This record gives sequence, structure tokens and C-alpha cells, in this order.
Amino acid sequence: MRILVAVKRVPITGGRIVLTDDGQAIQTRHLGFTISPHEECGVEEAVRIVEAQGGEVVVLTLGPAEAEEQLRECMAIGADRGIHLVSDEEWDAQATAAALVEAIRAEAPFDLIVFGNESADAGNYQVGIRVAYALGLPIVTGLKGLVVSDGRARAEQETASGRDVYEVGLPAIVTVKEGLNLPRYPSVPAKLRANRKPVAAQAVGRPPSRLQKLRLVVPAGRGKQAEILGRGPEAAPAVVEIMRRLGVA
Amino acid sequence: MSVLVLIEPDDELALQAVTLARSLGGPVQGISIGPADAPVDVLHVAQVDGSYAPGAWAAAVVQLVERLAPSAVVAPGSDRGNEVLAHVAARLDLPLAANVTEMRGDEVTRQRWGGSLLEEARLGEGLKLLTAAPHAFEAAAGRAGATESFAPALAEADTAVRVVESVGASTGGISLAEAKVVVSGGRGVGSAEGFAVLEELAGLLGGAVGCSRVVTSAGWRPHADQVGQTGTKVSPELYVACGISGATQHIAGCKGAKKLLAINGDPEATIFAHADYAVIGDLHEILPAISAELRKARAA
Amino acid sequence: MTELSSLPPAQAVVIGAGIVGNSLVSHLAELGWTDLVLLDKGPLPNPGGSTGHASNFIFPVDHSKEMTQLTLESMRQYRNAGVFTESGGIEVARTEGRMQELHRRMASAKAWGIDGVRLLTPAEVKELVPYIDESVIVGGFYSPTVGIVDSLRFGTIMRERAQAKGALSVFASTEVVGIDVEQGRVSRVRTTRGELETAVVVVCCGVWSPLVARMAGASIPLTPAVHQMIDVGPVPHFKDTTGVIEFPIVRDMDTNMYERQDGSGLEIGSYAHRPILHDPEDLPSVEAAALSPTEFPFTQEDFTQQLEDALELIPDVLGNEAVGIKYAINGILSLTPDGLPLLGETPEVKGLWSAAAVWVKEGPGVGKSIAEWIVRGESEIDLQSSDIARFYDCQKSREHVRARSAEGFNKTYGIVHPAEQWDSNRNVRLSPFHAREVDLGAVFFETAGWERPHWYESNADLLDEYGDRIARREAEWESRWWSPLINAEHLAMRDRAAMFDLTAFCIFDVTGPGALDAVQRVAMRRLDVAPGKIVYTPVLSPSGTFKSDLTVMRLGDERFRVVTGGAHGMADLKWFRDHLPADGSAQIADLTSAFTTLGLWGPRARDILSSLTSDDVSNESFPFATCRTIELDSLRVLASRISYVGELGWELYVPIEQGAKLWDLVWEAGRPHGVVPAGIGVYGTTGRLEKCYRAFGFELDADYDVIEAGMAWGTVKAPDFVGKDAHVRHRESDPVAVLCTLTVDDHSSKDGTKRYMLGREPVLSKSGEPLVDARDRRSFVTSAGAGPSIGKHILLAYLPPERAVVGEELLVEFMGEHYPVTVATDDSTSVFDPENARVRS
Repeated sequence: MRILVAVKRVPITGGRIVLTDDGQAIQTRHLGFTISPHEECGVEEAVRIVEAQGGEVVVLTLGPAEAEEQLRECMAIGADRGIHLVSDEEWDAQATAAALVEAIRAEAPFDLIVFGNESADAGNYQVGIRVAYALGLPIVTGLKGLVVSDGRARAEQETASGRDVYEVGLPAIVTVKEGLNLPRYPSVPAKLRANRKPVAAQAVGRPPSRLQKLRLVVPAGRGKQAEILGRGPEAAPAVVEIMRRLGVA
Repeated sequence: MSVLVLIEPDDELALQAVTLARSLGGPVQGISIGPADAPVDVLHVAQVDGSYAPGAWAAAVVQLVERLAPSAVVAPGSDRGNEVLAHVAARLDLPLAANVTEMRGDEVTRQRWGGSLLEEARLGEGLKLLTAAPHAFEAAAGRAGATESFAPALAEADTAVRVVESVGASTGGISLAEAKVVVSGGRGVGSAEGFAVLEELAGLLGGAVGCSRVVTSAGWRPHADQVGQTGTKVSPELYVACGISGATQHIAGCKGAKKLLAINGDPEATIFAHADYAVIGDLHEILPAISAELRKARAA
Repeated sequence: MTELSSLPPAQAVVIGAGIVGNSLVSHLAELGWTDLVLLDKGPLPNPGGSTGHASNFIFPVDHSKEMTQLTLESMRQYRNAGVFTESGGIEVARTEGRMQELHRRMASAKAWGIDGVRLLTPAEVKELVPYIDESVIVGGFYSPTVGIVDSLRFGTIMRERAQAKGALSVFASTEVVGIDVEQGRVSRVRTTRGELETAVVVVCCGVWSPLVARMAGASIPLTPAVHQMIDVGPVPHFKDTTGVIEFPIVRDMDTNMYERQDGSGLEIGSYAHRPILHDPEDLPSVEAAALSPTEFPFTQEDFTQQLEDALELIPDVLGNEAVGIKYAINGILSLTPDGLPLLGETPEVKGLWSAAAVWVKEGPGVGKSIAEWIVRGESEIDLQSSDIARFYDCQKSREHVRARSAEGFNKTYGIVHPAEQWDSNRNVRLSPFHAREVDLGAVFFETAGWERPHWYESNADLLDEYGDRIARREAEWESRWWSPLINAEHLAMRDRAAMFDLTAFCIFDVTGPGALDAVQRVAMRRLDVAPGKIVYTPVLSPSGTFKSDLTVMRLGDERFRVVTGGAHGMADLKWFRDHLPADGSAQIADLTSAFTTLGLWGPRARDILSSLTSDDVSNESFPFATCRTIELDSLRVLASRISYVGELGWELYVPIEQGAKLWDLVWEAGRPHGVVPAGIGVYGTTGRLEKCYRAFGFELDADYDVIEAGMAWGTVKAPDFVGKDAHVRHRESDPVAVLCTLTVDDHSSKDGTKRYMLGREPVLSKSGEPLVDARDRRSFVTSAGAGPSIGKHILLAYLPPERAVVGEELLVEFMGEHYPVTVATDDSTSVFDPENARVRS
């Protein structure tokens, strides 16, 4: 099995997001970076498949030079090598997909290509699908279950009432959601090994955006201030109402 | 020019999408795959056999777009709405603005970071593809002015990916890491026995019970139940922190929760700084009241 | 929500609800203060400062007596509050050099009265910590009382104690936006929830302290810095443990790291990485921080070597692929330019106190001590090393703080020689003699920013001259930061004369109609002396122990010139200022940077001086302990006949710009008499020890009184002075310790190398038992150094009276071995020239 996982470097934000003075980006001076939880599960799933069936896991990212850190994190939980399309700029979904397609073609064939269902920051919900169309591959999105065997993938989505199941032949593309698995923590030896794994970096230039970001705005209102549902047992109905609204009651 | 809205039956979010569509001006037409209803001027019901296949739905939308030449297509910001419209965008090679909260001319405001941040962006010329951010709009009320039926032409590839089976929710013990609700207790629970009220609520919600480090240190719960930087990191839909003060150690483990409800007697407890919802008071009174309220609601 | 403005004026406002602030309010309430207000800009119980992410373990043994006392007091409080879990702790050594350091740890433990510690073989370490690889270590230092505390819980308990007394109001999520100062004194605190009047504000804000103090116009010189920590787990060895910790904490000293059990995980912390400093202004708000404002994102690249090192020591755990790195942060803590806390009232603003740069291990002890200091004017534990008044202005600059903090960071677990010098930010304060000294091959040591020659390489010829009279040091440790030239300069001074650069003296004048009353109030000895007299006097704390010792020259009816050591000068200046009469009848002017001092001592000093002046400098005309202005060639010089090295001679004071001229005059005049330049090695150690002169911070501190120090000469003066009542009481009872001079009888170690004590070693009975006095104080070497003129190594130590007998034979422990010593004098009589004939000649 050759599996490619696409990941994106995103900041770990606090309770209140602070923007840069020009409103074009999040102020990340005090923030750490990671990949989104969806993608972490994607890497973990790919590593588990390859551990069981043999093969190779390649992680691919489009991002600034610092994003090598995220590729190394992926390699510390078992990915074999990284491909880094280096750009400091923010790309829209169409341009991102096009760049990834080119990189994937150069490394093809893959049996499985894994995306997060949506990125933690931009939340465009579309890069994986666009790549699938460009490569002419089937795609299943939002997975919380995946079984790969005999050249086929059985994929499960969570629904309000249970799970919807898809079956596709490989090669295929899937986008996954957090909860698919419980990603491992990297061990110390794995962390040290990751420092020695190869990363192929290549600068890429950004084409014009078709969904053109003008500015970012922190929504007005309470920010991260708890909504007080009440004091004492009298708060119970309000709590249950919230649970119902969140779909957990 | 009209606006086309993707309608799913009995979908509150689709009705919200209609409101966004109305805000764009012009007649609002709907497309549903199979029978549905929504307050649109004309609802086009696509005759597509079988289970959900995103490619088939997208093909239907694209064919209707070609026929109606709307100015925009709006879908609900649901899993399927976002998925189908992304397929449409890929097919038409057009940009897609997901989770839009407002549109003014060419400019949209859309959600990033799950709504913690907004982006103002410009969509290029031509057909606009948008999904409506959940709960950013009132649901439109009423019925369809007219209903038309059409049968999109589908290629084999359009239905290659489709739901082949739907299964019910699995039952059985829920692990901390995968639970949709975690009811977690700290020093304020007071004793090992004090966790009974947490167990009860977690049981009702099909969730799991967690705890803070001080609880495992005190021997009230096993290490396996500990949520925190040295314990399990959880990411439920709802995390209920009961009698937990909010040490960073603990916050590190539960900050992945979508929503955090804190129940604590001290209104200035650190945990409230991280919470979305707060109830102030004695957890031993509040938790049984919530459980009772849940039972009452279910009985009704 | 209650507004601050609705409260009556506070007796004290404590800003910062971390380990220090919480402890402090409880102790203030304990001492009877009420109307206390505790503020924090963050939520409770974890407002987001360093306490919230501290590793919370405590090792009691430190080479500093002050820090050890604070730690022991803190451990006592943690235990009483039920938040202490004893685990034991082991400092492991990977090298023989570190084993020597662990022997020093043993000695410090004995000196400060910490029993039960012991050195372990690698196999013994393995028995206690089964998951380490004992093959990479050569031994360990085991402290059984090491443990973990719950610092957040402790803070809550302390707050609640004060609240239960009705003495405290707590305001969380309340940010201080201003501190008003009226006539140099704190008057009001302004916050996001209203204003409050108060005369006492205590800044316990950890890494934010500089910002808060700045609102009042004061400086708290610290810098936020990164300490990296990771958590790994689950550790199979901890599967069956129940509590938070059952295995001893391991400090891997040689890699600057520690490893401790934390529930099912292992926490690994490091002080090994490059110093990563931040600015206080640069800390994020509580809301904008991902976790807390003092938990910064982990920088993996700084930790790679540490992973390798930890893996080497603990391969069983860290080599296990199933043990994952679960958490990693760059925790922010406070560093200071000298590594010590910043405690006490700020010298800039009355009523504004600092309790900053304090770690969890000292927090409760600091809380108690600051409360005592505020309420009673002094604390039971002597905080002289931590006194925030210790800094000169140039030591508060951001660059200085950053440079020294960065340099000090990697010494956190370092083997720090007692005389070790700083590398960074040197050459800040240069005496007017500096260029001459450089030409003479001076080796400079720094005190309070001043560069002071410690010895001169140009004196190399003296080594031949004195040959065998100079004890050469064979062991590397004692020869570090030392030269036999010190002893050579000493002998040349005793034979001929030597010149000393004493520019680092802190000098201030007390003037005005109330000047006499002002200095009388502070000094223990009579200062109503004739103008032209010099008085050496202790300065006492209210409890009659040492606040300082210094000399005062009465220059006129209304002018007193105070001269004190550079290191402690700023604290002395504050003490004098604090005791000026309220009516404004006396003023203080700091003249430290106005005057330079050249010391000229030795049997030929008078010959040299008289060759430069027509003034009569004979003993009859210019006796000991007097001062006057004389003319040396073209210069008018304040000459002060006093000595700290036990020789005939003078301190010569001139305005600093005339210093070079003074040097040249004395140098030229001295050459025919064989004058040598001599360094502080002689002035501060060999010269004074042969004369048994005490030094503040060594023999003199708040643990011992004047009688014990053997300095209660004459009668108690009539006017009132600070500490008088206590001092009179002390005179009425027999001392329970006596400061004695000891000499070393045999320097030979087991392997035949001659070893020389450097100070702070425990003094033992002949059977090797620690000596403990009736107040539970251990005997230890307060100062140690060569006595070249008597041919012996000299030690000073307080001994229980029954041991303080001339001829008593005792032992001193040094580097794990015992050396025989004998009591040479049991009072202030000196071992060299006991009749003081030289100084009076």
C-alpha cells in the first residue's frame, strides 16, 4: 500500500483569537502549531494500514518553511517521508488543490489518498474533492470508520441515527474526521527517528485567488466568556436545552 | 436571475439556507433529490434512484444550473450540503464559499475556525456557490410555490460512490476518547462515592466519566479515567466539568471538546474562563436535577 | 460584582494570587493584619502564572543557607497543609567532577542541618529507581525528604485561612491598571474593578512583576524565561501505583534535566537548552493564550539533545515505543541577574514591596518572611541575599538582566564554584585606576558591577621572593579562581606596603541638623564623637542581629560619611534612608560615584605618605581611627587611618576624576619602598582572616547576635538605636555560640593531595558528629582562607561554648573527607599580631 496524507500547519489558538494589525492573519507570536485533529487521525489511520499491510506513508503539505515541523510530527507517529511545497502565502482551495494534484501526480501511483474533512483554520470543505475530480478518483468524505482490504475500502460516515457505509475500489481518496481513531503519541525513539527521515521541499508560487480573502474579523460578542445557564438545580432545564441543541441529549 | 437552493427533506439547515438565498434578491428556486418541501418559489424535484450518492446529487444540481442559469447556488452548511456543493464546484471549476454568514454583492462573510473567526472575501464574476453557516440565519417558513420534477442524466461515475448500507449506532461501553459526552469530576466531587451522580448523567447521555488528576491522586478513580496533559485527551461534543477548578494540566486534556459546560460552586473558578456554559452551585444538587430533567424530557 | 471602591482602605493590597501572594495574605492575617485585598488579573485557582505549570517538586539542599532556610520553612508549611507527598529524590552524577559536587551537597546538608541524606552507588540508585540505566552514572546523592506539593491547592488553603479570619477580600479577574504614589509612598491601587486606597502594595506577580512595579515607578529586575518540560506515558513501571508519585525524583545533574513520576506518566524537564528569554510586555493575555499566558508553545528543536540524554539514562521507559510524548511546553518562569529572588520593599517607593522571582519550593517561606518583614520590620529568616534593595541602578537595566539571566540559566544544575565570575556584561563600572591595573596584569573579579583586581600578574617575581612561604594548591577545585600571587601580595604588604583599589566602596553622607540623631539611631556604637573620628559599628536589626557593619567618619558637626562594602551598599543606603527623621532635619547624599578610594597599608605606608605631603602623618599627630584632609602633592585627600588588613596605613579618598593622579603619586612614591599593587584576594580574605575581622554576609547575618560575634566591646550607648532592647537582652545572657578562629592542622587527603577549604564546610566533633548549639544551629565554616604570615589555613566558625576553647581539636568535612583543625582563638583576638601593634604603630 502506498498512502499519501495531505496535512496543513495551523496555529493552536487560545480562547480569544488575536489578529495581526493588518487583519490578514492570526497573530501567532505566542501560539504553537499543529495539524488539524482530522488530519492527525488521517495520518494515524494510514500508518496503521501500512503497519498491518506493508507499504509506505507519505505526508504532503503546502505551507511555510516552518511547516516542516508538522511533517516531522507526522513522521514521528509513523509516516515515512514528507513532501513540502513551500510557500509563505495563504492559498485558496482551488489553487491548493491544483498544487497538490501536481505533487501527487509526480509521486503517483498511490492506493489511497487521505485528507482531513476540512482544515481547522480555513474550513473550506473542498480540497480533497477537487483533487479527486482532477485525478479522476472516487472520493468519500467525513469518515469515522475505514477498513481497507483486497483493493477495496469500506468507509463509514457518522449520521444522526447511526452510520452510512460506502464501498469503493482503490485507488481512492477519503477525507476523515476526528474520532476515526485515537492517534498515538510519538515515542521518544520515534521522535528521534523522525528527525532523520527525508523531506523533499520545493518552492511553489501562488496563482491568483478566486475566492479572494479581503480581511479577517473576530466576531463581535462575548468571545470565550461562559454563558451562565443559572445557579443551582434551577439551571437544569437550560442545561438540557443546550444538550438538545448540541445533539447529545 | 434566480437563486437555487439545495433542499434536503426535514432539514432545518436547508430552511436557513433559503433565508440566505432570499437575502440575495430575485426568485428562489429549490432542488431536492426526491420529495421535499421548502418555502421556495419553485421546487425542482430530481428523480434519482437509490441511496445517497454525492456525485449523482451534484450532477443533478449542475444540470439544473445549466438549465436555469441562476446567479447563485446555496446549500445548507451540513455535511451533505458542503459535500455536494464541493462536488458541484469541482465539476464547474468555480470557487465555493463554505459556511457563509452574510453576502453583499460579490463579497461574502464566511466562518473560519468553526465560527471563532470570520473571513470577508470576494467571489469572482459569474455563478456564486455558497453554503449557509449553520444557525447563522433564521429558518424560512412556508411551502413551495410550485413543484416541478425532472430526471437528471447520470453517468456511471456519478453513482460509483454511494451509501451501500446504513447501520444503527453501536452500543456498549463508550471509551473516554471516543465519547460524544464526557462528564468529568474534580476535587469538588468530594469522594469516590460522589461520582455516582456523574455516572448517572453519563449513562443517560451514553457518555463516559472522566476525572482530573487530583481525583486519581486521591485514589477515587483509576488513572485510566484521567483527562489531562498526562491522561487522556478528549474531544467530545460536550464536556461537562463538575467541581473541576481548571488547572492547566486538565485544560490541556479537554480543550478539544466542542463545547464545555462547567459546574462549579466558585463563580470565579479558572474553569469558567475556558467554558462555553456555566452553572454555578453544588454539583451534587445540580447533576441529579439535570438527570431528572432529561428523564422528564424523554418521557414526554 | 463587588467593586473595590466599595471597600474601606486596605491595610495591604497583594497583587498576584500565585504561590507567593496566597501564602503572603495568610501570613499577614496570621500576624493580625486585616482589610487585606488579594487581586489577580486571571481566574482562580489558576490565574495563569508560573505556579500553574510548575513541576512542584522540592529538593531541600542548596549551597545557599538563605535559600535552604526558605525551602525548609516552605516544606514545613506544605506538610502542615496536607499537600506534600514525600517521594525522595536523587541527584545522579555521570562524572567524577559531579561526584565531587555531590560531596559538596553532603557538606551543605550537614552545615544547614538536613539529616538523612546520603551518597549512593549506582546499584543503590537502581534499587530505588528501577527504570534507570545505572551504567551511565557513577553515583547519586539521595535526599529522602524530597517531595511533590500541590501548589494550587496550597494557595487555595492559604486564601481560605485568611478569609476565615475575615481579614481578606479576593478579587479574581481584576487587573491592576495603575498604582498611585504620593510623596514617594504608595497611596492607591487602580484596577479594572475600581480603586482602593492603601499604604502597602506587594507585587507577587511573578513574570509580570516588572510591569506592575513600573506603574509605581519602581524596578523589579527579572526576565521571563523558558523552562522546557515534556510528559511521557503511560509508563509500565507506574501501572500499579496509585498516587501521583511513588518513585524518587531523579535529577540528571550533568545534563541539566530532571525526570519525575507524574501519575501514570513521567515528566522530563530541562534547563539544558539555550536561554530563551522573553520580555514581560510580550506575554499574552489570559484570553489569548492557548493554555495559559505562561505556557508557550514547545520548541522541539531545543529539546532534541535532551531526548537523547534522557533516553540514555532511562532506556527502559523512554526506549519503549508504546510510551508516547503526551505533552510538551515551554513553561515561563522568572530569572534574575544573580539567580536569587527579589524580596522586600523597593528602594524607589515606600510601601511598594516585591515578592518576585520565587519558585514553588520557596513560596510559602517567602510569604511568611515578607509578612514578618512588613509587619515587624524584619523576618526570622535573613533575606539579605534576596533583598531587592541590593541592586545598583546599572544592575537593573534590561540588557544586564537579560545577559546575566541567560548566563545563569544553564547553571541551574551547574557545578558553580563559590568564587565563579560572570562572563557577560563586564567592565560596566571601572575605577579611575583601571588602566594602570590593566597594565599591571590585574585579574579582575566583579562586585556590584565594579571591576576589582583580585591579584596582579605583574607580581610574579614575588613568588620567587617568598618561595616556600606560599602554600601552593594542588587540587584543581581550590586553585580555580585563585592564584598563589594573592599570598605573595599579602606577604609583600606585611613586609613593605601595598596599594589597594577600593573604589567599589559605597559612600554616602548624612548631613543636616538632625544628622547625629539619624546616625545614632541606626548605629550600635556611639557616633557622638569629635569630628575627625572614625567609628566602626555594627548596624542592628530590631531583634539585635546584624543588618550590616560599616564605618562612619564624623567630618563635621552635621556631616557623617558612611563607608560600607560595595556588595551590600545599596541595602545599607536604603536602611539609613528609612531611618531618617521624619522632620526632614537630615538628608542623605549617595557619593559612591563621586569618590574613589585608594588603600595604602604596610609597615612602609607612613614613609610613602610622608614623602608626598608636608602634613604631619606621625602616629602622635594622626592616630588610628581618625581622619582628616591632607595634601598629597597637588591633591587634597581625605585620609582615613583605619585598616581591614591589620596594618599601618590609610584609606585615601579623592574625587573620582583625580583618582589616576592619586594612584600615580602613591605608586611613584612607593616604588623606592617596595610598594606592590595588591588585590581583593588579600583585602577580602588573607589580610582580614589573619586579623579575624568579620565580614557581613559571612560571619555577620541575622542568625547571630553581636555577643556571639564577639563584637560587644565596651558598654551600650545611652541613646536609643534600632535593636537596642534586644541587644541589651543578649548581653544579659550567656551566648550559645561563639565565633572562633580555627587553623587547619593537616591538609592531606586520603590520596595525599593537599586540600584547602573554601568556606561553608561543616565543623564536626573529633568523632565526626555535627556540632549543634542550643538554638539548633549547626557549626560551619563562615570564611576560609590562607594565612600566609602565620603559615596556616584559617577558618572562622561559630562554635557551641563548650567547644569554643582554645586548643579544642575538631574536624572539618571537605569533599567527603575529614580534616583535623584546632581552635586558635575563642574571641575577637586575631591569630596575627594579636596586640594590634601594627595598626597602631
